[in-house]
Amino acid sequence: MAKRVSATNVTAYYGGFKAIENINLTVEPKTVTALIGPSGCGKSTFLRSINRMHEVLPGARVEGSLTIDDQDIYDRDVDVTAVRRTIGMVFQRPNPFPTMSIFENVVAGLKLNGVRKKSILEDAAEKALRAANLWGEVKDRLGKPGAGLSGGQQQRLCIARTIAVEPQVVLMDEPCSALDPISTLAIEDLMFQLKDKFTIIIVTHNMQQAARVSDRTAFFSIEKTGDPGRLIEYDNTQKIFSNPSVKKTEDYITGRFG
Amino acid sequence: MGETPHRSADAGTGGTRVTQSHERPAGASARMAEAPVSTRSPGGTGLGGGGALPRSRKFGAERAFRGLTLAAGTTVLVIIAAIAIFLIAKAVPALRANTENFWSYEGWFPNDPQPKFGIGALAFGTVLSSALALLMAVPVALGIALYLSHYAPRRLGTALGFLVDLLAAVPSVVFGLWGRDIFSSPVRDFSVWLNHHFGWIPLFGGEGPFGASVMLGALVLAIMVLPIITSLSREVFLQTPTANEEAALALGATRWEMLRTAVLPYGRPGIIAATMLGLGRALGETIALALTLGITFGISFNLIQNGGNTIAANIANAFGEANETGRGALIASGLVLFAITLIVNITARAIIYRRREFTESAA
Repeated sequence: MAKRVSATNVTAYYGGFKAIENINLTVEPKTVTALIGPSGCGKSTFLRSINRMHEVLPGARVEGSLTIDDQDIYDRDVDVTAVRRTIGMVFQRPNPFPTMSIFENVVAGLKLNGVRKKSILEDAAEKALRAANLWGEVKDRLGKPGAGLSGGQQQRLCIARTIAVEPQVVLMDEPCSALDPISTLAIEDLMFQLKDKFTIIIVTHNMQQAARVSDRTAFFSIEKTGDPGRLIEYDNTQKIFSNPSVKKTEDYITGRFG
Repeated sequence: MGETPHRSADAGTGGTRVTQSHERPAGASARMAEAPVSTRSPGGTGLGGGGALPRSRKFGAERAFRGLTLAAGTTVLVIIAAIAIFLIAKAVPALRANTENFWSYEGWFPNDPQPKFGIGALAFGTVLSSALALLMAVPVALGIALYLSHYAPRRLGTALGFLVDLLAAVPSVVFGLWGRDIFSSPVRDFSVWLNHHFGWIPLFGGEGPFGASVMLGALVLAIMVLPIITSLSREVFLQTPTANEEAALALGATRWEMLRTAVLPYGRPGIIAATMLGLGRALGETIALALTLGITFGISFNLIQNGGNTIAANIANAFGEANETGRGALIASGLVLFAITLIVNITARAIIYRRREFTESAA
């Protein structure tokens, strides 16, 4: 249920602007990998190119090769919707569908895949909500609007919605940046549990968070504004935060720049 | 600044600990503490300055504006009440003079010595032609709106949106003349074809003549309400949060599935409101229907035979030669139209209200 993600010479553009250049990186199955770096260094762009969400923006495109278990997701014959079902995504701000109930939100992805049978949907919703540590809080009000939950609950609802379709890889784009510390802790605990089943890649601005949750850490940076972001160092989290091999990484994690 | 309050606090505790002779230094240090504040906001009139709070003003821009808005709101009520009183006062004598049942009689002869008129056929024709117009216009309008907001390249979308808005500015008499003189001939051909192949369905039955029918009137109406519904729906669709659209796409939705999952449900109240505005225009449309319909006074579901009539079209056609009772009868029909519009609007509100839990949290 988890796959290896490999990027080879990935370069991404927004129209004429090159946002990231020649990213090479391999993420092992059932690990948590954190992408850190200063604002504008392209870590979110890289994350969004992993499930082909980058190309949703007008004029945006990706070059290079990205594979999950040796299948190129940018291959001409690959169905982009299948890629996104295989590689789920949790966004920076909780974004439950405002017109849907909690239950409808969780099963939205399954319904898109043509699952109609009520009993299957109910089982899947309970499973996903339990996995997202939300079941106890919402089981008595599944019919209420998802947008009526607190921010942290909404984000866990979004995680439940993402994992309900049973993806292989889960991408998280600063999932805790809009949340308070308690909700953040709940999500971090959740990541520990989820990595038993999924490959998780998380973008975070919070270096303590990266150190707490991730097995491997990739540090991205830019030379100056307008330059493309590059992967500076990618190693075990332990090593990055105790003894990084590149001076720039050390400067960043010790707070001397960025 | 930082240490001044600290010192005065010390002096205060000193004051409580010893005797009255210490009051003076405590007071002095309190004055010292005030001094920098007053130099920062000279005269004490600045925001958050020391001294007593100013009294609230009895008369000012705040109150004046409040009065203005209240007056504006009241004006609406006064105008509506005045119109209602006028309509009822004019309608009641005519309704008294009516020698037939106002609700069920199929005909309009209020100018006769024995006035005979009934609203049934007119009200039926009004609702039928408007409903038919919406049935044709809403799907097309939503299609155009979705294309303009989510499929068309941005510049093309803006240009086309402008053209659609332009269509709304065409006077209804132009639509009416165009419908009567040009559009009626293809509609007649189409009606003949429908009658030939689908004559067994009562909607398309009849012996003819065809052309100046409910179908023609409803088609012209549909074209007239199209720009309103399109324009409003497009605005609503454009307001869908990008985060929700991306959420749907990231779950593996195709473009159309994304529209169905995120955009259409989000726009639902807006679509209903847009449809109601279109319906309001269709129900009240006068001259375009007076020119295109065949003007008969019968209740019939036949869509393609010459015929059909609406309350507003009847007012336009009959007002010129109406006598006192005739005008009263037309005003009574206007009241019925008003009631129909009211019922439609209340129904729409009820539909939106039923889902308020979801739409409010969406806002």
